[in-house]
Amino acid sequence: MEDYYDLIVVGGGPAGLAAALEAEKRGVERILVLERAETLGGILEQCIHTGFGLHYFGEELSGPEYADRFIQPVLRSERIAVKLDTMVLEVTPGKPGERHSVISVSKEDGLRVIACKAVILAMGCRERPRGALNIAGTRPAGILSAGTAQKYVNLDGYMPGKTVVILGSGDIGLIMARRMTLEGAQVKLVAELMPYSSGLTRNIVQCLEDFDIPLRLSCTVVGVHGKERLEAVTVANVDENRRPIPGTEETISCDLLLLSVGLIPENELTRAAGVAMDPVTGGAKVNQDRETGIPGIFACGNVLHVHDLVDYVTVESQQAGAGAANYIQGKGAPAPEYISAKGIRGVRYVVPQLVNRKTAEPVKLYFRVGQVYKNAFVQCSASGTVLAKKKRPRLAPGEMEDIVLKPEQLAALPQDVELVVEVLEV
Amino acid sequence: MPQYDVAIIGAGVIGALTARELSRYALRVALLERCSDVAQGTTKANSAIVHAGFDAKPGSLKAKMNVAGNRKMEGLCEVLHVPFHRNGSLVVAFAPEEMDTLKELLARGEANGVPGLRLLNAQELREMEPNVNLDATGALFAPTGGIVSPYELGIAAAECAVRNGVELLRGFRVDAIAQTGGGFTVTSKSGSICADWIINAAGVHSDEIARMIGDASFTILPRRGEYLLLDTAQGGYVSKTVFQCPGKMGKGVLITPTVHGNVLIGPSAEDIEEREDFSTTEKGLRGIQDAVRRSVPHFLVRDVITSFTGLRAHCDKDEFIIAPSATNPKMLLAAGIESPGLTAAPAIAEALAMMVYNGYDDLGGKAKWEAGRSEPVRLRELSTERRRAAVEKNPAYGRIICRCETVSEGEIVDAIRAPAGARDVDGVKRRTRAGMGRCQGGFCGTKVLEILARELNLSPEEVTKFGGESKILLQKTK
Repeated sequence: MEDYYDLIVVGGGPAGLAAALEAEKRGVERILVLERAETLGGILEQCIHTGFGLHYFGEELSGPEYADRFIQPVLRSERIAVKLDTMVLEVTPGKPGERHSVISVSKEDGLRVIACKAVILAMGCRERPRGALNIAGTRPAGILSAGTAQKYVNLDGYMPGKTVVILGSGDIGLIMARRMTLEGAQVKLVAELMPYSSGLTRNIVQCLEDFDIPLRLSCTVVGVHGKERLEAVTVANVDENRRPIPGTEETISCDLLLLSVGLIPENELTRAAGVAMDPVTGGAKVNQDRETGIPGIFACGNVLHVHDLVDYVTVESQQAGAGAANYIQGKGAPAPEYISAKGIRGVRYVVPQLVNRKTAEPVKLYFRVGQVYKNAFVQCSASGTVLAKKKRPRLAPGEMEDIVLKPEQLAALPQDVELVVEVLEV
Repeated sequence: MPQYDVAIIGAGVIGALTARELSRYALRVALLERCSDVAQGTTKANSAIVHAGFDAKPGSLKAKMNVAGNRKMEGLCEVLHVPFHRNGSLVVAFAPEEMDTLKELLARGEANGVPGLRLLNAQELREMEPNVNLDATGALFAPTGGIVSPYELGIAAAECAVRNGVELLRGFRVDAIAQTGGGFTVTSKSGSICADWIINAAGVHSDEIARMIGDASFTILPRRGEYLLLDTAQGGYVSKTVFQCPGKMGKGVLITPTVHGNVLIGPSAEDIEEREDFSTTEKGLRGIQDAVRRSVPHFLVRDVITSFTGLRAHCDKDEFIIAPSATNPKMLLAAGIESPGLTAAPAIAEALAMMVYNGYDDLGGKAKWEAGRSEPVRLRELSTERRRAAVEKNPAYGRIICRCETVSEGEIVDAIRAPAGARDVDGVKRRTRAGMGRCQGGFCGTKVLEILARELNLSPEEVTKFGGESKILLQKTK
């Protein structure tokens, strides 16, 4: 018998799980979730702190608890099959109207070539490594990405260091500052290159301020010392062009440098499949169903664009799951009319990048700004007509924003317009 | 005390290839390495170029060994299963006086016996390498130039040597050498050995080793070279190795594809005092970025995945020293092996082995000598069908550990269990490419550590990044 599923979901983290469940809810019969780790839940499994689910469930859950709300129904489902410890090597798009195929490999099942009607890409993201930062100095042990350290501490039960400097005030860095402190390490400094933190405000308060951990803005690591094991780092303040200011160097002894310097969507499979990409998000270009430029191939979660809250990943992935279900069941829009959406004046990107204006549902455009704004407006317009506008007391690159367009507004637009999202400063 | 016919000091590409050569004969050979792994010095951090041979002065040892090594490299890499690619080299000129330099290089190359050299005009250059600076006035093209994976060459040579009976002693840092009745006693903190011959292939430390027997005839002046390695996403930017016209400090900053599909730019050139200073500098890294734009002005230095420093064993004689020591002719020197040392290595190894061989009246060859090593499984290079077959044969090839480079558990286990196998995380990385990709071990590092601990019967806290005190985990959590 042919190895076939209606829907293959690549990745069993929060995105893949929510997408699979939504597709199941909408009647898709044969769903396969392929996960490369030994467990479902993705990175949530190592996020043992709380703060997940406030938006989606209205309660404060730990990462594993949040994941479990999706893992249990997936495991109970008779229509969703799960393969763990299984790596997808290739997603091969079929000819228009034909089936796609997925090549996977695992210890248990060997190499499989599996046909399917639709694919949802939910591979998540990875952390930027040291190399990307070009920090001068030696290359000793004791330099880890914050997420790697989180795995060692939370899942494996080992401490990778005792005196710590953290570069980058992204959320993982902030969470790890607190985590290492609770485990008895001394976190001497969190250094942030930008003049603002890229983490959530609540994490700055709960993870740094509550523990008296200093956060130094406009500051970076310019030197690494120690031959075998890290012995110290040199930090320096940076000017408005992010160049180190001579004379501000300070050397701090430490045996661990954690890097929390950004996340990169992990799109090797997507690119190899020939999906059109957005250079700003690092993810695929999609429509509001999170369908990529290749019909029947969808993407959602951090593989599409980096989210700050898993709650938003869940919602986005449900859209992808619903879109895939419609595609599989032939209920997709018969003749979509796409208009593109883009960000200007302070808006770095907009997802989705394409909007089918023949829609019965409101369309939410997600976007990020490039710097901090206070008391500014965000606005979406098309050929000069303002479609939506709202005031925001604070806008920051670390917090994703959204703006909603109504179906009747989209239907009333002339053809060949472009949706433009921008920041208006007061 | 263990007794050997030959002790080779230094398991870089020269020492390892020499060990391989000597393993042809009925000799007891020890390969002594101060680090936890082979190929840890100059061998692991250089331009990875197989030079055509037009740089060195005609008649010099550098010229002779370069051209001979270039000829041997391809076949050697084939039997050792080391990535090699004859991609061709270009030296680009930007001014009339540099065109004269190209003519000089051409004449030198022809005198050295380099085949196929020709001068290109600006038009021909652009057709061959479209991203090169439009201001370039011409170039020297050397079709025999190539690229190789230098550390894999060192590792494969050591593996081959060990298969053929050479003993590899790691963590053997030579502290003293005593000359005893025609032989030597070589002492380290981890023990002593005796040997009739010493081959001094100690790279930037070769002068220190020579001084241990009272030979102060040369001095090594370590020269720092810093490099940036870019993601495979930039891989197609140049197809040839693009040099600038040489200056006093070396061959200038080059841009080259690597055998693994990355792009490498560098090196800087700075004479330094400290022989173990492998740090990169802000100035050096910025300098090579600025310098490379002369060759490829629109090149964006983005997608940098790592930067590193190599030390060239520049010698005050400005020439290879491949000869018996004048102090004690049973110490054979392989010193001052800077560029084109990697290219020359196969020829240097043969020359050194021949000197030992000539010291015996009747030295038999081994009945069974293996010229290479078994081909490592490289899952990412296999077709779907061959992958399927590999996984059927050994399911561990089906468990992918490094997602960036598609490296399986089976490949990592093979690398650890191989003769002269990996002992630490960096050793696994160099043998399998696990952790070599764009996440630089962010995800697979923890799993590689687990596999090393399991295979070597260590606790996770004992696993190191590269030996010594380079431990990754300090203690259990409370």
